[in-house]
Amino acid sequence: MFQSALVMLVVAFVSFSLFNFVGDPINNMVGEETSDEERAEIRESLGLMDPIHIQFSRFVINASNGEFGISYQLRRPVSELITERLPATIELVVVSALIALVFGTLLGVYTGIKRKGLLSDVILAVSLLGVSLPTFVIGILFIYLFAVILGILPSFGRGEVVDLGFWTTGFLTITGIKAIILPSVTLSLFQMTYIIRLVRAEMMEILQTDYIKFARARGISEQSIKYKHALKNGLIPVITIAGINIGTLIAFSIITETVFQWPGMGFLFIQAVQFVDIPIMSAYLVFIAFVFVMINFIVDILYYFIDPRIRVKGDTSSG
Amino acid sequence: MSFLKIHNLSVDYKMRKETVYAAKEVNIEVNKGEILGLVGESGSGKSTVGNAIIDLIDEPGKITNGSIMLGGIDLQTHTNNTVNYRGKKIGLIFQDPQTSLNPILTIGEQLIETIQTHLDLSKEQAKNKSISLLKEVGIKDAEKRFDNYPHQFSGGMRQRVVISLALCCEPELLIADEPTTALDVSIQSQILDLIKKLTRERNLAVILITHDMGVIAETSDRVAVMKNGNLIEIGATKKVLTDPKEIYTKSLVSSVPPTNKKISRFVIVEKENELNTKHNIKILNRWTKTEITDQNLVQVKNLSKSFEDNFFLENSKNSVMAVDNISFNIKEGEIFGLVGESGSGKSTIAKMIVNLFKPSSGEIFFDDICVTKIKKNKELMKFRRQIQMIFQDPYSSLNGRLKVKEIISEPIKLHNPKISKPDLDNYIFDLLESVELSQTSSDRYPHEFSGGQRQRISIARALATQPRLLICDEPTSALDVSIQAQILNLLKDLQEELNLTILFISHDLPVVRQMCNRIGVLKEGKLCEVSNTEELFLKPKDSYTKELLHLMPKIESIYK
Repeated sequence: MFQSALVMLVVAFVSFSLFNFVGDPINNMVGEETSDEERAEIRESLGLMDPIHIQFSRFVINASNGEFGISYQLRRPVSELITERLPATIELVVVSALIALVFGTLLGVYTGIKRKGLLSDVILAVSLLGVSLPTFVIGILFIYLFAVILGILPSFGRGEVVDLGFWTTGFLTITGIKAIILPSVTLSLFQMTYIIRLVRAEMMEILQTDYIKFARARGISEQSIKYKHALKNGLIPVITIAGINIGTLIAFSIITETVFQWPGMGFLFIQAVQFVDIPIMSAYLVFIAFVFVMINFIVDILYYFIDPRIRVKGDTSSG
Repeated sequence: MSFLKIHNLSVDYKMRKETVYAAKEVNIEVNKGEILGLVGESGSGKSTVGNAIIDLIDEPGKITNGSIMLGGIDLQTHTNNTVNYRGKKIGLIFQDPQTSLNPILTIGEQLIETIQTHLDLSKEQAKNKSISLLKEVGIKDAEKRFDNYPHQFSGGMRQRVVISLALCCEPELLIADEPTTALDVSIQSQILDLIKKLTRERNLAVILITHDMGVIAETSDRVAVMKNGNLIEIGATKKVLTDPKEIYTKSLVSSVPPTNKKISRFVIVEKENELNTKHNIKILNRWTKTEITDQNLVQVKNLSKSFEDNFFLENSKNSVMAVDNISFNIKEGEIFGLVGESGSGKSTIAKMIVNLFKPSSGEIFFDDICVTKIKKNKELMKFRRQIQMIFQDPYSSLNGRLKVKEIISEPIKLHNPKISKPDLDNYIFDLLESVELSQTSSDRYPHEFSGGQRQRISIARALATQPRLLICDEPTSALDVSIQAQILNLLKDLQEELNLTILFISHDLPVVRQMCNRIGVLKEGKLCEVSNTEELFLKPKDSYTKELLHLMPKIESIYK
């Protein structure tokens, strides 16, 4: 917990520094004909003359209340912009994380058990291709294939969305579901490769262990050995990686969102960078850090439920 | 006719370059109600035979010849037979109870699954059967422990669970592959008693695979000796151990440290190294011998060490006293033994003496200087060169990326940076020859050597700084008996010639008896007793020492 708080503070400081040290915020706000007196007045009223640590604590307090100021470019509160864009990114990330996990595990188990099969070699080769090609190339290839040549899937946007008040979702309309396929698959490919290889390596290692050999010696069926005994053990490290990956997915989504014109946070961030829209940039930074920290925390807790060795620590009886 | 009949069994491992015979025309028969001991050193093929019976030979091994008959049925001709027989007719127990249970399933789940695979029982019936089994193998509160995970059991208890798993579908043949090697003496004797009892009660045929002659002497009815995949000798245990026909069996029996008397040297019939020249300790010329006086070289006073489990918050309840208020002295020129079971704090003491661990309280004096108070790095270096250590595992204690000469030259250069190249080379050669390795070994890498040779390299490295105190932490536990005998002889020779002081840590009482002048017995971090070796073995004072001596497997028990 202490570590998490420290990470958040450091990130907050970096994004806070963006305000103060990347150009003069007043210059960004006012027109050219503003006089020096007026500038000083604004400076004073915005609290920019206060000592650094007071400004910083104000920033932290505001940030923890979700206040990141007003976007320079769009002239709207940043918190509003983020809540507007957040559902798009979350939906994209969740869908691609699921794709990566489900297919990654399935293919990983397959290649781990059938080590010498032709199909395993093909899967591994293709997955290697998935890592070697940059996300945007894959995205563009997908658009070309499915949207331009075959014309079955849309090439950009979220399609029709349904507004639920606090959340806008694309899952309730056919165009929305169609629209999410290409970007989520593109985004998941990289993670899927990782999971395939991790699960494969884990399965191969676990199938060599004594307890698997002992299970065989007891006559337990191969089916049960592979999918009950081995897979359950093999998935433990996958959870850690998957957790970190969700964070990475959000970060990677910048590129995917740009390629597919997906109206999510990454897209918002790229636009903000182009216009040096510092409030949005700093809010994005803090937000990503927050997501990472939270996911790590959740993964730690998940471990507690999954791995009995952690659950009952120090409760060994003597014999 | 015998229950299990192995006829002309051969197992090959086809490697890229050559074919290795793991077993060659082995003939073994086992009757019901009988324990057959299968002994041999590592690589002798004893486990291969066990695995072949249950058809679990690792790739690329293959049974190339021979037949295995179980109760009149040929297991080879019906390929599915072996698979169906696993667990049902044949039970198997592995060496390490820590790794043979699935860590994320409760023992109940593992038992029920195994029972339901073979027997047509409902879940409730399977559960009842498991619980009565757990009781039979001596697990208390079986109903409660049924839902526990493997890590909640201690090593001995876990091995009991493993035995209950192997026996849950009432097999008629039990193969126990080194079932007690990973366990402490006291637990070892319990497990062996359990196996003996079950053999009697259930009329099992048992194959007990082990390298420990003491275990064989105390448990098995007949014994089979293997070497390099060949069956050397088979017969009644008493006959084979007391009057071996083959030279190899003789040498094997003679290299086992006797438990009932002290001998000056181990008799070695076959030598690992082909050097037949008289052992010549060349480094003697360079060695500045310390005169043996009646002084204490090491004094340990009220030493304690606790390990805190401060994962969440420091909680004194979780702290473990690894070493609890221990005092002893080691005289210059003697071999002092520390014995105890795992977790008794032997290695922790060694690590505190070499200053790898900081004691929680207490003092250690080396040559009247208080080691625990040394602050300056320079003084610490001066002290460190006088103490060297030899570790248990010869595989992980040598850096595999360095040549032998680099490994040995490192401590020399560290303590004597100005040494010239030719002088250094000569010194390395002398060291290697002193541990009976050839000069050419210096250009090779550790993986090219066998376990025993690696341990010799470790000794050469330890001697490189000309230490006064050598700490040997289980130096031969990972080695075969014949190699162990050679290494122990070497250590003894070196100690006598170089006037070394040795702190010898081991769990193996017979070995300690052969090596040490005085012995300290440790139990759970406390020192039970310190006395002269013979006195300790003949007239033990402490009840724990008596128990240990009573429980250790004795090869001599066969003479009774």
